[in-house]
Amino acid sequence: MATEAKVDPMHQFTIQPMFGTDQLELLGYNIAITNSTVWMAISAIVLWVFVAGGMKRQLVPGRWQMAVESFTGLIDDMLEANIGKNGRKYVPYIFSLFMFILFGNILGLMPLGVVGLHPFTFTSHFTVTGILAIISFGIVLIVGFAKHKLHFFSLFVPHGTPVPMIPIIFVVEMISFMVRPFSLGLRLFVAMMAGHVLLEVLSSFVIGSSNAGMQYFAIAGIPSFLLMIGICALEILVAGIQAYVFALLTSVYLNDAENLH
Amino acid sequence: MDAEAAKLLGAGLAALGAGLASLGVGNVFAKFLEGALRNPGAADGQQGRLFIGFAAAELLGLLSFVVAMILIFVA
Repeated sequence: MATEAKVDPMHQFTIQPMFGTDQLELLGYNIAITNSTVWMAISAIVLWVFVAGGMKRQLVPGRWQMAVESFTGLIDDMLEANIGKNGRKYVPYIFSLFMFILFGNILGLMPLGVVGLHPFTFTSHFTVTGILAIISFGIVLIVGFAKHKLHFFSLFVPHGTPVPMIPIIFVVEMISFMVRPFSLGLRLFVAMMAGHVLLEVLSSFVIGSSNAGMQYFAIAGIPSFLLMIGICALEILVAGIQAYVFALLTSVYLNDAENLH
Repeated sequence: MDAEAAKLLGAGLAALGAGLASLGVGNVFAKFLEGALRNPGAADGQQGRLFIGFAAAELLGLLSFVVAMILIFVA
């Protein structure tokens, strides 16, 4: 029997420097152009092309303009429902955040591997999602303190709290507030990573069973392949839901900063 | 039992959390649908809360995946 090919499901998340820039440094930090950077740039360009195609401002929108407007409308409605009238000014930020994450998720799922171009899902790294979460959290802190000054701390004491409970509630609310950027980034990164690991493991079943022989392929390979098709559809759903949840939770947190509660 | 086997057993046990979280996520959508069919007019306005509940329930399942990954690759 030939040496068994070991499929490593974590290999797809390896960060590789590209274009020979692995020694590029700035102020002592390595700033090599990696596959992660390249796919972030690609999704930013695709996003720019998508939105630019819908900026024609026709009175009767075409299909493309309709697609872009339905996305901006989705974000607009979400902010108005969660924050109210003065939530409109966050539309540019939330829209960029939602579309960047959505395009990153979807582009990472594209079956470009069949033509030799292996897509890299940058949202499956905690460095990327963590930074996005910290940006959202930073905006919440800046808006909250700029608008309400030190009154912002009343966020940690809900209305009608009995006085003896205030120290305990304050600590509990404080912890739940401080853990927000962590849970926000963790959710997106783990959801994307878990899906890609699952697809890789199932594909290793298909390859391994087809190497082992016809009867193994019939028993294990074909059901795994059918399951993969279903999981792919589920992953497209998850890519959309996770981008939406990220944007939604950011707008809920912005509501706390904007209106307290 | 050697440490490597204990790690893999622990990772397998952590996978129980993913199954339990599926109960939670299913419960969120089931109750939403139940309420939405009783009062379809109010359903669309509550979709934000539906996804917040979904996100909170799902996060705890994802944490069990993180625990399994840490046990296999980090610990």
